[in-house]
Amino acid sequence: MHTAKPGYDKLIFELSAPGRHAHSLPECDVPVSDPAQLLPAQHLRATSAELPEVSEVDVIRHYSRLSQMNYGVDTHFYPLGSCTMKYNPKINEDMARLPGFLRLHPLTPEAASQGALQLMHELALDLAEVSGMDHVSLQPAAGAQGELAGVLMIRAYHLSRGERRTKVLIPDSAHGTNPASTALAGFSVVELKSEANGDVDLLDLERHLGPDVAAFMITQPNTLGLFESKIHQITEMCHAQGVQVYMDGANFNAILGITRPGDLGFDVCHFNLHKTFTTPHGGGGPGSGPVGIKDHLAPFLPTPVVVKEGDEYALDWSRPQSIGKLQAFWGNFGMHVRAWTYIRTMGPDGLRAVSDNAVLNANYVLRRLEDHYDRSASGPCMHECVISARRQKKLGITAMDIAKRLLDLGFYAPSTYFPLIVEEALMIEPTETESKETLDEFCDALIQIAREAQENPQIILDAPVTTPVRRLDQTGAARQPRLKWTPPAKR
Amino acid sequence: MRYISNTPAQQRDMLATIGVGSIEDLLARIPAKARLSRPLNVPAAMAESDLIRHLRRLSAKNANADDFACFLGGGSYDHTIPSPINHLILRGEFFTAYTPYQPEASQGTLRSIFEYQTMMAELTGMDVANASLYDGASSVAEAVLMAHAVTERKAAVISKGVNPLYRQVVETYCEGPAIRLKSAPLADGVTDLEALQKAVGAQTAAVVVQYPNFFGCLEDVKTAGEIAHAAGALLIIVADPINLGLLTPPGALGADLVVGEGQGLGVPMSFGGPNLGVFAAKQELVRRMPGRLVGATVDLDGKRGFVLTLQTREQHIRREKATSNICTNVALCALMATIYVSVMGKEGLRKVGELSTAKAHYAAQAFAKIPGVELTFKAPFFKEFALTLSKSPERVVKRLIKDRILAGVPLKTLDRAYKDSLLVAVTEKRTREEIDAYAAALAAAVA
Repeated sequence: MHTAKPGYDKLIFELSAPGRHAHSLPECDVPVSDPAQLLPAQHLRATSAELPEVSEVDVIRHYSRLSQMNYGVDTHFYPLGSCTMKYNPKINEDMARLPGFLRLHPLTPEAASQGALQLMHELALDLAEVSGMDHVSLQPAAGAQGELAGVLMIRAYHLSRGERRTKVLIPDSAHGTNPASTALAGFSVVELKSEANGDVDLLDLERHLGPDVAAFMITQPNTLGLFESKIHQITEMCHAQGVQVYMDGANFNAILGITRPGDLGFDVCHFNLHKTFTTPHGGGGPGSGPVGIKDHLAPFLPTPVVVKEGDEYALDWSRPQSIGKLQAFWGNFGMHVRAWTYIRTMGPDGLRAVSDNAVLNANYVLRRLEDHYDRSASGPCMHECVISARRQKKLGITAMDIAKRLLDLGFYAPSTYFPLIVEEALMIEPTETESKETLDEFCDALIQIAREAQENPQIILDAPVTTPVRRLDQTGAARQPRLKWTPPAKR
Repeated sequence: MRYISNTPAQQRDMLATIGVGSIEDLLARIPAKARLSRPLNVPAAMAESDLIRHLRRLSAKNANADDFACFLGGGSYDHTIPSPINHLILRGEFFTAYTPYQPEASQGTLRSIFEYQTMMAELTGMDVANASLYDGASSVAEAVLMAHAVTERKAAVISKGVNPLYRQVVETYCEGPAIRLKSAPLADGVTDLEALQKAVGAQTAAVVVQYPNFFGCLEDVKTAGEIAHAAGALLIIVADPINLGLLTPPGALGADLVVGEGQGLGVPMSFGGPNLGVFAAKQELVRRMPGRLVGATVDLDGKRGFVLTLQTREQHIRREKATSNICTNVALCALMATIYVSVMGKEGLRKVGELSTAKAHYAAQAFAKIPGVELTFKAPFFKEFALTLSKSPERVVKRLIKDRILAGVPLKTLDRAYKDSLLVAVTEKRTREEIDAYAAALAAAVA
């Protein structure tokens, strides 16, 4: 699987040789070139920064080799649950690299950036339609920042009505960012117990709802991959008490064209463009986390808002009740171009087919695995499924061990130990872009591992053996953190 | 459907295996009332050639830095982007991977982040840097939150020399924890240190200054740090790492935290995002830092390897008690910066700073000779400076676009105090010819 030079173990600093260089900078074409004549001495670095001195071929070869020490969607099935690792279309990249988009400065006069503003305006409209929301702000840089924006708008809304609500209710099955964003927005977090299938426990919700509750935040479909069927009841119960309902959009890939959060009664939802709308995950970002809201929250949208006035597009800053800004500029525009391109490539029927096939693939995987692993809930799932390695645990094999063995068998691993409410959880999200053949290979591998757990557990405990490094000492890394390279002489 | 692999025959097989008649049967948990009964009202699918034609037209409406001489700054800069960056980041194993949850299958990403952390620590003169945050503005906000958590104090003083867009983001982030923000005014383009002294008190968690500041001026941040430290507050220095190949590293000037925007390091301007939030700290603060950290360790066979570490600070473990809500970093942008710094190296990064300074000073001198144009401030500046114009800066900008010159940022929209000023940035890419053409066009515009 790996084509990197066997045993390659270098850092760019270790390729350095004094005097080698890869850059090509212009000669100085103005009369005074010496900064010492232009700037007071105390502002100039006494000695040069210790940076690598390498040639261009060193750079290309080193990072090509590093890339070969990675699994990505382009090379591997990547069933990482809740992350929606679907194929990233190549045309998205070509379009994001058009010079008018890639090489555009954010403070270019509006009249000279009409194309970019138009694209943002149209993307916001499309996302509003897909979600059934009234307005969308594209500014948040990632899902977690979208959550923060949403919760801050909810806070501003209540305050504008003279209500100081202090609590936000969040189920125990939620993504960790939900409580973290909520706490950052100044609320105290109240954790609600979920039912065994991940559904909201309505009695528990009823007990906690009250005039001090600002919002209820849930993931739909939930983190067990199930559609919360009592959703209308939930939103009505919340609204009766003046509580705003927030939808974590991490699982949006399951519902395109099938149902819309706005129609389900949600007041706010965020989108993860890097999941549902095929912008690349990039090894951990950049993401993009637009947030959609209903009309009553519109005064609180982050500034500026892209508006259309006649045939012209503009940035509207005059929004006195706005929660303010979240990013220096207008959002991760490069991701907006990719998401726009994707939506236009797919059209309404294509988007619906995405969710249909994502659901089909997840149910197929679940059906093929359910005789060999415990399933976490009954009934069909949506676009992802959670299985438990409870049975294998009794044989001394954990979810983590299974994940490592999958790496040897040519697959990235599912999410492990999430959601927290399932013992030895393995959360699998195949996505619509995978074929039946790939899913069969993957299921065969997991079934083989279940058999190995009974017959030859050592092979699982020894895994991975095909990767550039084997199980890494995480405890040691945390106990004595080594967070940067130091030259051997200085060690 | 081009990105969906199952054929209709396969779909039927799969449904049969599952034991249902149709995909609709799998959606039975969704009540009828919840269903969308019509197709989504988004535009019909476009063929690839039509889509490309359409987007090329939209793209062509934007005055980009390939076709125009770009003197715009204010937090985003037109620096050289060496060719290897695009080739390397587009390798699918980097591009289409995610957070390195399985370190054995993610050593490429982890190693590159470890290199990035080392480079940022070296450039800023700090002990540790994290794996990156969203952008410069949110990094400043996270730094203020961190100072609040470390000092258990409820106020911060921010210099008016800090980018106004960053200050707005800090305000948003400080709303929830109710951190009181005070601004320290400027005197001739740099923080008024006497006023700063008065603004700082026993409740000040942090003093925030920018170096060089939003107006390009080089501040006496060392004295600002002494004022902060005497009051028991942390000094947060906002800096652009690309400048630190030449300028004194903030770590040597007393910074406890160094944050800023790393876009100049090989990341395209892309209308303002994605960007690269840099975050570096002193060693003793490492366990309070927001965001991801990659550490070196060994594997079962004693071989060197890299993992995400100190994750107990993060939201997936600590949930509402985490140091920050930030979940991802901007790994791909951090990779671009890592490749950029590798290509530029020790000598190249210094040269970028030297060229930018030389050309900016040449431009400032040439512009200031024009009647109706003067430098707004006298303080020493680096690669960016403000001009006070006798004619409306917006109109001058509009006029110069006709000459294919993006003249700068009129400051009015960002800071009302400078309604007659234009902020001009000059990178190493600007040529003497472009600067001379700008001077001629400017002279005509203000005459």
